[in-house]
Amino acid sequence: MTGTELVIDTVTLTAGAHRLVEDVSLTACPGEVIGLVGPNGSGKSSLLRAVYRVLRPATGQVSVDGTDAWSLPVRRLAQTVAAVVQESDADFDLTVREVVAMGRTPHKRLLDGDTPEDADLIETALAVVDATDLAHRPFDRLSGGERQRALVARALAQQPSLLVMDEPTNHLDIRHQLDVLGTLRRLPATVLVALHDLNLAAYYCDRLYVLCDGTVTASGPPAEVLTPQLLARVYGVTSEVTLHPRTGAPQVTFLPGEPRTPTSCG
Amino acid sequence: MTAPVTDAATGRAVRPGKQDTRRAGPAGLTITLVVLAVLLVVSATAGLAIGSVQVPPGQVWGIVTHALGADWAEPDWSRARETIVLDVRAPRVLLGAVAGAGLAVVGTALQALIRNPLAEPYLLGVSSGASLGAVVVIVFGVTLFGPASLSAAAFAGALGALLLVYATARTGGRITSARLVLSGVAIAAVLTAVLDLLLLTTDRGNEARAVLAWTLGGLGGVNWGTLWLPSAALLLGTAVLMVQARNLNLLLAGEEAATTMGLDVARFRARMFVLLSLVTGILVAACGPIGFVGLMLPHTVRLAVGGDHRRVLPTAALGGAVFLIWADIAARVVAAPMEIPVGVLTALCGGPFFLWLMRRDARRSTDRGGS
Repeated sequence: MTGTELVIDTVTLTAGAHRLVEDVSLTACPGEVIGLVGPNGSGKSSLLRAVYRVLRPATGQVSVDGTDAWSLPVRRLAQTVAAVVQESDADFDLTVREVVAMGRTPHKRLLDGDTPEDADLIETALAVVDATDLAHRPFDRLSGGERQRALVARALAQQPSLLVMDEPTNHLDIRHQLDVLGTLRRLPATVLVALHDLNLAAYYCDRLYVLCDGTVTASGPPAEVLTPQLLARVYGVTSEVTLHPRTGAPQVTFLPGEPRTPTSCG
Repeated sequence: MTAPVTDAATGRAVRPGKQDTRRAGPAGLTITLVVLAVLLVVSATAGLAIGSVQVPPGQVWGIVTHALGADWAEPDWSRARETIVLDVRAPRVLLGAVAGAGLAVVGTALQALIRNPLAEPYLLGVSSGASLGAVVVIVFGVTLFGPASLSAAAFAGALGALLLVYATARTGGRITSARLVLSGVAIAAVLTAVLDLLLLTTDRGNEARAVLAWTLGGLGGVNWGTLWLPSAALLLGTAVLMVQARNLNLLLAGEEAATTMGLDVARFRARMFVLLSLVTGILVAACGPIGFVGLMLPHTVRLAVGGDHRRVLPTAALGGAVFLIWADIAARVVAAPMEIPVGVLTALCGGPFFLWLMRRDARRSTDRGGS
């Protein structure tokens, strides 16, 4: 199993009368790493919420391996789809290991105990994010970056075939950013990840979807999508894009001195 | 290979008795539970022995084992003492244990479900709702469900109050401590006012006085015939919560995160609210609203065994039982021959505890904001 197919089919998401996302379609083939980029408030998080079943689409459908995600019981979906969500707090005294162990829950029946396999998966997940040393620390005393790594480990312990991540590199120092994203690439799973950093997105993702004001304004391989014209249109900034001689990935250099341009998503 | 050593060392420094949950953990938990179980037996013995008539512990054991059919002690005690121990104190001690355990367990679960460390049936007005329900039955003499009417009405009142507090405190999917406590206080105030109004205007004056004493929370006046219902509620509640312990853990990660790990949060919370109201209602019907047990016990226990509900629930249950037995002993002794309602004593300890918890919480969120 190398991942699940995800199809988002003309999904519109609303909050009251406000449209968060309009007619968005997105496909992720098994094993692909799909990046979701776009300015603040462009609807990235909302779209991810629809995939991990928190925000029900007003119209359209999210299907995982051909099945409507919203027709499955929550637990069944959680056996396939794991998520690292943005804001996560814990006021209670759980250790990092206990937080990571939560990821095993969807695979457990009510009276099941923890097995040696669970323990192995938890240890492995901790090792992958370089958090073995944190295992017995209280979760709520960790720094932002340590916490983020623990949450990634929790998602890994869930053994998803589709992993959804909202800014997983938030708070991380550059080394751990590279580690976490490198891990995503090696995972036998499909990954849908919202990222702020365009250069990281360009290097680690197979394809990008650019969201702007709730709609997909461009999509495709990073080298095709990330152009100065698009960045000017979506972010209103001036930039230069080159293919990096060593990585081969598009490299965006922003030119803050240059005049800003008005944004237009159309 | 220095890393694991340092890790174990810091683990020990940060939280004693809480290293690898796979190995040292269960053993540590077992020891804690065994110690608490022994304490419970000792406390129960004290509860049976101490009072206006002092019965030596050896004799208490003689009387109890004799009643249970084991005749290893020569019956050298008077009938009066036997009556005091078996018919007056034993049900009272048992109700204390049951109520203490039940309130601690309800508080533990409520804190996870509402995702707020200050949640507790008394502070949230849930106990007031239960009291009002029970008083309505007493004042208007409604006996729709026969002898269980009191408990049924208390259950309905508890559930109503809980839903009301939850609905008013929740905005934008989050409940802040301030709003939770404020709406709890406000709703408790209204419910208590209605309750007082009912009692003051009823023409059953004598009953009203008895009920007024009951609303302060006390374990007196219980007998063997009424003990089964609270006990059954405790066993049912604890069993269900233990089975759901993993799901309660998930809620600690946040509602969205819990959903991504397979928990249907809304449905789960609704079911648990009904269960917790049932347990609270039955306990309040039996011994009046006793505050703060559901606040002090879970938090104290978490300091010792961590936050995993599979550990917190059984520990809090045993701890709550021990605590309330001693609180009741104190209630009988401190102003003897007068008896103080045990709810007054738990509030006396619980109020300062609440303030400490509030300050700790504030400190933690400032820390987090700074990081």
